[in-house]
Amino acid sequence: MSTITLDTVRKVYAGNVEAVKGVSIDIADGEFIVLVGPSGCGKSTLLRMIAGLEDITTGEVKIGDRMVNNVDPADRDIAMVFQNYALYPHMSVYNNLAYGLKNRGMDKGEIDRRVKEAARILEIGDYLDRKPRQLSGGQRQRVAMGRAIVREPAAFLFDEPLSNLDAKLRVQMRVEIKRLQRALGTTSVYVTHDQLEAMTLADRLVVLNGGNIEQIGAPIDVYDKPASTFVASFIGSPAMNLLDVKADGNGLSLAKGAGLSGANAKGKDRYTLGIRPEHMEEVAGPNGGDGLLLEAVVNVLEPVGAESYIYASLGDGGPEIVVRVSSHARHEAGEKLFLKVAPENAHYFDADTGRRID
Amino acid sequence: MKKVQFQSRWLPYLLLLPQLAIVTIFFLWPAAEAVQSSFYLEDPFGFGSTFVGLDNFTDTLTSSDYGRVARFTAVFTFFVTFLSLGIALLLAVKADKVLRGASAYKTLLMWVYAVAPPVAGLIGVLLFDQHVGPMVDFFAMFGWKMQIGVDYFDTSFAMLTTAVWKQIPVNFIFFLSGLQGISKSVQEAASIDCRSGLRRFWTVTFPLLAPTGFFLLIINITYAFFDTFGIVDVIVKNEPGNNPVTLVYKVYLDGFRGNDLGGSSAQSVILMAMVFILTIIQFRLIERRVHYT
Amino acid sequence: MRKTQIWDHVILLAGVFFMVTPVVLAFLTSTHDAITIYKEGIQFAPGGKFLENYETVLFQAGGFTKEVDGFVMLKNSLILGLGFAIGKIIISMLAAYAIVYFRFPMATLCFWVIFATLLLPLEVRILPSYEIVQKLGMVNTYSGLIVPLIASATGTFFFRQFFLSVPDELLEAARIDGAGPWKFFKDILVPLSQTMIAAIFIIMFVYGWNQYLWPTLITTDESLFTLVRGIKQILQVWVGAQIPAFNEAMALAILAIVPPVLIVVVFQSWFVKGLVESDK
Repeated sequence: MSTITLDTVRKVYAGNVEAVKGVSIDIADGEFIVLVGPSGCGKSTLLRMIAGLEDITTGEVKIGDRMVNNVDPADRDIAMVFQNYALYPHMSVYNNLAYGLKNRGMDKGEIDRRVKEAARILEIGDYLDRKPRQLSGGQRQRVAMGRAIVREPAAFLFDEPLSNLDAKLRVQMRVEIKRLQRALGTTSVYVTHDQLEAMTLADRLVVLNGGNIEQIGAPIDVYDKPASTFVASFIGSPAMNLLDVKADGNGLSLAKGAGLSGANAKGKDRYTLGIRPEHMEEVAGPNGGDGLLLEAVVNVLEPVGAESYIYASLGDGGPEIVVRVSSHARHEAGEKLFLKVAPENAHYFDADTGRRID
Repeated sequence: MKKVQFQSRWLPYLLLLPQLAIVTIFFLWPAAEAVQSSFYLEDPFGFGSTFVGLDNFTDTLTSSDYGRVARFTAVFTFFVTFLSLGIALLLAVKADKVLRGASAYKTLLMWVYAVAPPVAGLIGVLLFDQHVGPMVDFFAMFGWKMQIGVDYFDTSFAMLTTAVWKQIPVNFIFFLSGLQGISKSVQEAASIDCRSGLRRFWTVTFPLLAPTGFFLLIINITYAFFDTFGIVDVIVKNEPGNNPVTLVYKVYLDGFRGNDLGGSSAQSVILMAMVFILTIIQFRLIERRVHYT
Repeated sequence: MRKTQIWDHVILLAGVFFMVTPVVLAFLTSTHDAITIYKEGIQFAPGGKFLENYETVLFQAGGFTKEVDGFVMLKNSLILGLGFAIGKIIISMLAAYAIVYFRFPMATLCFWVIFATLLLPLEVRILPSYEIVQKLGMVNTYSGLIVPLIASATGTFFFRQFFLSVPDELLEAARIDGAGPWKFFKDILVPLSQTMIAAIFIIMFVYGWNQYLWPTLITTDESLFTLVRGIKQILQVWVGAQIPAFNEAMALAILAIVPPVLIVVVFQSWFVKGLVESDK
């Protein structure tokens, strides 16, 4: 177990493509860090640099107090779980788990003890003699985890380990990974493009975009105070509504269309206004009070079970917004809505840079 | 190439050494010698050689003998390719269609692949033998008195039949695996859209098989050029005199029997150029093939 | 059964007849005595001389120098087939491993040098190849017979193709598990390639067994003749005789046919896989 420190780590590929642009993160001992972002944001490259599978162009990676830039992957005391599991197809489950330990020259009895222990924890004891192809997707996933556990490493590295599973299994394994990490207390770095996975697993989230860190923080902090429009639209589902607005006397109005009132300008001409779908409350009419008021016309009601989403257009050709309502709400297309937003739930972003303005 | 690779100063060279050594000694060096001696006239008794420029090439290309052999090779290649591809395609389509006995047909139609060309030639010699050959008896019923080894056309016929017989299995295997690679749902969609089986074949199956077909075309041309050496050698029985032979066989004859080193080398170089062109076409097609699949 | 299906079978049976009959006739002929064949032509029924003829060709020395019998030729064919197949698999696997899994300055150049062999089939460089082997003193040796045939690029391409299809993550997982280049090759890549090795082995064995031109040039010593190389002697000695010994000639032909055919038929699925994928 140990800390991991990244200090202005950069990765430049041949042809001057900069995949990671100077990333610094301090990962505490036992912490579960999730790197999240869209494909091509550099999250996998970053993970692979920690693993030693990619060279580090500049910057430093430390595991514990040791600088590992030039240390072979096998000697970094890490374990990795791959997206396609990367199980050795010709070896039994037992040998898949034992292979790395054998290569370290570990004593046979100790190998056996560790493999059996991992198999017990992951409930794969019955499959130890099988080949990977005889296992289901979930079982393979467990074997891949087992291969990481037996090494008793300083850190686990996960590279989108759940994306090959079906939806139901994914939820189940997600819970299991979290439980396991808590039980073992091993420092973990987990890469995913799925914001839900990121939110549920992470002690701290690292949101990456175009090789840069957009925001680091506890999931709920990132959700409550997204540092940029990118984070705002990436974290949370359905995504935060982002509206282009302009200063209009003391207040703000939509850049295009009508139906916004009650917002206050903060000294600039233009903003991006962000409102989460669940932060809009239906009211009977424009009867004053604190906060923003939106007027919209219902397009579609989409029930998903526990709740429903209303897709509605703001007046006069304004943008479409998503509103989360109770599953018992009844609305017809064409119906007019008045939506109230508490002042603390309105997020303001710089219209040009996309950065948050408080 | 792989994203992650090993790095080692000497290991990759060590791994490549055996192959590169053999390639250099037995491929590049002889090829270079062939190119070099194609520009020289060697004294048949081994007393040195003189540089003659392109003379060997002009002599070769203008000789009537070479022209005759080249013409035969072209006709021979055309018929071998056309017939063995055609017959193999027909058989593959049928073998893909039948339900009963499909695997037995498959085995029976492919095993001849393992018969060596000269052995095929020897069996050809037996079947077309003047005295004992059943084929001669068979064609005699139609008034055709075959004289293998004497009559140019009859010898060509025996050679062609043997060469086609030997080549059908490879084509059959490729066509069958090509046909089995066409997705069931495409065939089902076609059978809903089109009632006539023959029309369905020409409009759906055949175009989808075209990449395999092009690829096999090159393979077959190469076969007819080079791999039929054994068949030709056995059927002409060391008496090339007036018998039909292929260009490759002539390289061998002029080089080893005629001791015409320069001429033989010039012919080799011409063949190299042909192989070069065929290989380039083949690689183009392979690229296409990858896109298709 | 519908009418079209009957036609399908008729066509297939005609195809089978065309492919199978010549070899069947060759076999039947090999079970008669020479006089019968000479008098009555090819026989369409089995004769009574099966054991006798095959014993003669296997164990009675024939040829010009009376030094070689069918058994020796069978042995030489096996040596050529096995030596060629095994040598080629080892050499091309090593080369493909270097090309795919290592980063080194001359990789592309090495690849093209190997690639160039595709442009130089034996037939276009017969004479100089023979002279070089002669200079090296390898005429009439097994190594002179086998080694020059080994180096062509087909095997290397085949394994390169296969190695490229092996997921990258396996190498990454193996490196994290502490496997170096040699361990990865031995523990992961070779076991993974088993089916591919079997497939290419069959193709190469048949290819080696069936070699004709090269053995014809390189072996003049009859004790090194393979069955296929011996065909020429068969023509001259048996078929060229006063009364052509077609029975014994065909018995030798059958001996040359049976081993590769058996391998192809018994390991049919591997064979087809190897053939179709290696030529891609």
